[in-house]
Amino acid sequence: MAHRRQAAGHRLTSLSGMAAKRAERLVNLVIALLSTRQYVTAARIRATVPGYEADDGSERADEAFKRMFERDKAELREMGVPLETGRTSAFDTEDGYRIARADYELPEIRLTGEEAAAVGLALRLWESAQLAGAAHSALVKLKAAGVEVDSSRSIPLQPRLDAGEPAFEPCYAAARDRRALEFDYQRPDEDAPTRRHVQPWGVVAWHGRWYLVGLDLDRGAERVFRLSRVVGSPKATGRTGAFEPPADVDLADVVAGQVSGEEHLVVVRARPGTAVGLRRFATPLGGADDGDDRLELRTTEPARLADQIAAYGADVVVEAPQSVREAVIARLTRLAAMGEPA
Amino acid sequence: MTPTSTPDRVTRLLTLVPYLTARPEGVRVTEAARDFGVNERQLRSDLELLWMCGLPGYGPGDLIDLSFEGDWVRVTFTAGMGRPLRLATDEAVALLVALRTLLELPGLAEREAVSRALAKVSAVAGHAADRVTPVAVSVDAREEALAVVREGLERKRALHLHYYVPTRDERTERTVDPMRLLLVDGKWYLEAWCRRAEGVRLFRLDRVDDVVVLEEPAAPPPQAHERDVDNGVYQPEPDAPAVRLRLSRSARWVADYYPVDSVAPLDDGGLGVTVRTADLAWARRLVASLGGEARVEEPAALGAEIAADARAALQRYGLTPQTPAG
Repeated sequence: MAHRRQAAGHRLTSLSGMAAKRAERLVNLVIALLSTRQYVTAARIRATVPGYEADDGSERADEAFKRMFERDKAELREMGVPLETGRTSAFDTEDGYRIARADYELPEIRLTGEEAAAVGLALRLWESAQLAGAAHSALVKLKAAGVEVDSSRSIPLQPRLDAGEPAFEPCYAAARDRRALEFDYQRPDEDAPTRRHVQPWGVVAWHGRWYLVGLDLDRGAERVFRLSRVVGSPKATGRTGAFEPPADVDLADVVAGQVSGEEHLVVVRARPGTAVGLRRFATPLGGADDGDDRLELRTTEPARLADQIAAYGADVVVEAPQSVREAVIARLTRLAAMGEPA
Repeated sequence: MTPTSTPDRVTRLLTLVPYLTARPEGVRVTEAARDFGVNERQLRSDLELLWMCGLPGYGPGDLIDLSFEGDWVRVTFTAGMGRPLRLATDEAVALLVALRTLLELPGLAEREAVSRALAKVSAVAGHAADRVTPVAVSVDAREEALAVVREGLERKRALHLHYYVPTRDERTERTVDPMRLLLVDGKWYLEAWCRRAEGVRLFRLDRVDDVVVLEEPAAPPPQAHERDVDNGVYQPEPDAPAVRLRLSRSARWVADYYPVDSVAPLDDGGLGVTVRTADLAWARRLVASLGGEARVEEPAALGAEIAADARAALQRYGLTPQTPAG
């Protein structure tokens, strides 16, 4: 029983053993620093926590220890472990380390069965999407805090977000860390992508599409970018915490405001019994002289409505406005040319 | 299962002890493995590793102690690891955004519970809850049919509805046995057994009109299975005839939205794609609604039909396009 640790030394020699040894060292480091209120010096950590290069007086061993310890500290901080640096008393000659229990521990959280089921359901939003890993580890932490998330309680509802957006990860990470972002952006109406410099405020899924919202540094104004139009991988530049988004910004509102413009009224004539899809959202204006039905349509996206109307062919004709009439004629002209050699 | 990275493993190891602490009677190793999303072998090797960790001194009274009884494991000494680590920023964001999204949904019976859960999670999320979260999800919350469909699902009743079929531009009337609601890429779908088609169908809620809950119980037959929608709601039809399209740059989204067989970039910045479908009416409508941004290469007859439709339409505007040569 007293020789558990010696036994470990023999077993852990393979490559996977090396990784296991490192994991073991990190866990022991966390336990050691949590168990004390005093700041513990690096030398003391080296002497007590198993797995560090022993002090044999050589410079090589000192260097190896320093490298290892620096890497361990960085890794713990990355995992969210609140590693503090400081001195316990004015007589200490060097900085030490500790982990304040109150900063480390997840505070008490009690959820009722219904609330826990709501959390379980909500997290299914990420099931196959970008934050799936984070959602899962959050759920595990809640379970470790004693929350029983009953997944057997089935709710016949399955939210899902699209996973296939390669620009998501770098954009999200830069917005989270408040770092400036640089990327090439291809607008459909431009021949070549242009380089953009943005302070990213956040990434928004709006009606099934992903957008980046932020301050466009070249134009000095708030802008919305479709992630699918980002070419290549966006690059974060400069330091973290470089800016703060406006405190009252609602990201979804910004996207909604830029994506959908003002409302247009469109009047069309449809042959009786046709254009069922248009009629679902139309206000009937009565019959025209030739027996067609006159319909009034409202849209914030006239181009999309023109697409839809053109697909009805001769069954639907636009009366007004002239701009939509011309848009439909342009589409029909292109379609009519389809039989010709390109 | 792929081997996990050291930070992932350390996070898991640090969470395992409090997880066991919260279950003083012990837990089945298989159940713990499932909760942590790893296989049983990995979890056992994690437990073995923890058994080697503890307080400085590392004597028998300092090391984490676990007790195994058959398939069951429990912790008898925690070395001070009674609570899990706080939520990392990504974890807090994932939780908060998901709960806020759920709260946006209309007609949600669990609304009260969701909003209480959101308040409690925000309270423990600390810093991440105070700031503008770096991600937001906005769903179309205007679907009027949603509340009725949810009621049918909850009361396990059949539904009667009118469904608009865009490919045929038709309004159809159906009685369906609801199975579940899906929110896929911002759009709501009802998955149900359609008694008319005698099969499982996905009904996009923005195409559902006049839906009512019937008094008769919902009874999907045993052969009604849920579809896998991980690759989108459009199911590829591998044996169906090929429709080959040339998409211009602004119509490239078609390749992302529908399952396409092969994609080849074109010199003009567009894409050549092959879609397999037995439903030529669908293909015809898709190409027509792209207004010339897609050209049909195959079948040639499809392109000719669309062009003829467009010429007939132009005549109604008083324009007579030239008939194509050849």
